[in-house]
Amino acid sequence: MKDLLTPASALFGRRQLVLGLGTTLGAMVAGCNRAAPDEAPHPAAAPGTARLPFANGDRPMVQLPGKRPMIQLTARPPQLETPFSLFDTLFDQPSNQRLITPNNAFFVRYSMAQLPLDLDMESWRLDIGGHVEQPLSLSMAALRALGQISLIAVNQCSGNSRGFSSPRVGGGQMGHGAMGNARWTGVPLKTVLDAAGVRRGAVEIAFDGLDSPAMPQAPDFAKSLSVDHARDGGVMLAWAMNDEPLPFLNGFPLRLVVPGWFGTYWVKHLHRITVLDEPFEGYFMQKSYRMPDNECGCVAPGTKPESTRPITAFRVRSFITSHADGATVPAGQPLELRGFAFDGGSGIRRVMLSADGGKAWEGTTLGEDAGRYAFRGWRHRLTLPAGKHRLMARAETNAGEIQPLQASWNPSGYARNVVETVSVVAA
Amino acid sequence: MKAQIIIAAAVPLLLASGVALSAAYALPEERVITLPPGPGADLATAHCAACHSLDYLTTQPPGLGEKKWASTISKMVDVYGADIPAQDRATIAAYLNRVVGTR
Repeated sequence: MKDLLTPASALFGRRQLVLGLGTTLGAMVAGCNRAAPDEAPHPAAAPGTARLPFANGDRPMVQLPGKRPMIQLTARPPQLETPFSLFDTLFDQPSNQRLITPNNAFFVRYSMAQLPLDLDMESWRLDIGGHVEQPLSLSMAALRALGQISLIAVNQCSGNSRGFSSPRVGGGQMGHGAMGNARWTGVPLKTVLDAAGVRRGAVEIAFDGLDSPAMPQAPDFAKSLSVDHARDGGVMLAWAMNDEPLPFLNGFPLRLVVPGWFGTYWVKHLHRITVLDEPFEGYFMQKSYRMPDNECGCVAPGTKPESTRPITAFRVRSFITSHADGATVPAGQPLELRGFAFDGGSGIRRVMLSADGGKAWEGTTLGEDAGRYAFRGWRHRLTLPAGKHRLMARAETNAGEIQPLQASWNPSGYARNVVETVSVVAA
Repeated sequence: MKAQIIIAAAVPLLLASGVALSAAYALPEERVITLPPGPGADLATAHCAACHSLDYLTTQPPGLGEKKWASTISKMVDVYGADIPAQDRATIAAYLNRVVGTR
């Protein structure tokens, strides 16, 4: 356990981490042995740390209750990312679980430092109010009685992969591990809104969770969707994740699920839904989580956009999971490559693979289709001659969106989706 | 009687039960991060750690620049309600620009 908690190799010359750990964490770690770490940190990292492949990328590996050892970005509020090596192990799960990110490995991201750590489900209610015919205050049992659907969908942080932004930008410096693919179970938001009766003239629906800011005068974290989006039948209020109650750190007891859209909309610890007859004015819609308002959502590096708009759906992405950057592979022998792709909801049409840095491309074999919002696996066999090779996967969606070969830049480091490169040496 | 759910041990049975339960989640005690010594270290520690853990600072990339640090501090004051006296802000910005991400 001591190793698990050893601080990263001195971030600063004389940086000290005082391990102010009482019995609490000791008991937690001891009680969580079922989640054995199945992935080692990067070999170059100090024991108990992970090294993300960008400057100042050393992070402690920590194990919080309900989670396996995860890469810790911050402690207060808790922010964890999934070690990237985990994603390749998902191919080895039983077919009904294939590519499903386990709850104890799913990333955690918060904006607010005050978390609802003590929830009394006897008194917990979901309130639906505002511009409605009949305000509702629903217990969890009453909410469940309204109906139930399940959907496999990717959740991804707006700033996933921010650490790869070039030039670097401020904000949470994550690798590729702030994404996950889970089966969400809950009631369609439309059902709940229909029960309350949305009145004529409603334009947006606002969502607020029980987390709150460190200082009372700071803006609370709340988000909004258009009425049409909120009533599309896919947006849901989920109480279960992979057939278990939501883990606390992923939003217990209820969270919004917005298939295909970035995680900022997936409000955790949801407790209030407000129907509005005018656009929502909240800080995290009007000032934060915004992209340059142009077709590419980008600006010249280091410059500011003239105007911005709220971030919305994922851009298509794909990853090679079978081989890590810098790996050595046998030359002249068939090699099995695999990985996955996902997009904002049209589904993946094809994934192409290049072994020469993007000059020549070959088609790969797609895995089973678990739905248009889910991870879509791909695999490909190739034989590499001796030497260094730059492997790239490039996905194209049913809507015709294709990953760019050149990274674009925006001031917040949101929505990275450039074709990623994995360099290997065949010997 | 209220049951204490340890989230890690929650099982699908709970889903089907529909029984109202209480849940408590215990975050581990926070590791104290000591910033490297230098003018501004104590101010940064006191003002920043009042609202969030100091890894918010120490994980930032090198080369953000003093201007970016100053604007971030302004945002913490103006938006998030941090109580940082005006005369301390430049000291903290200069300190963070000097120490973060350099090794």
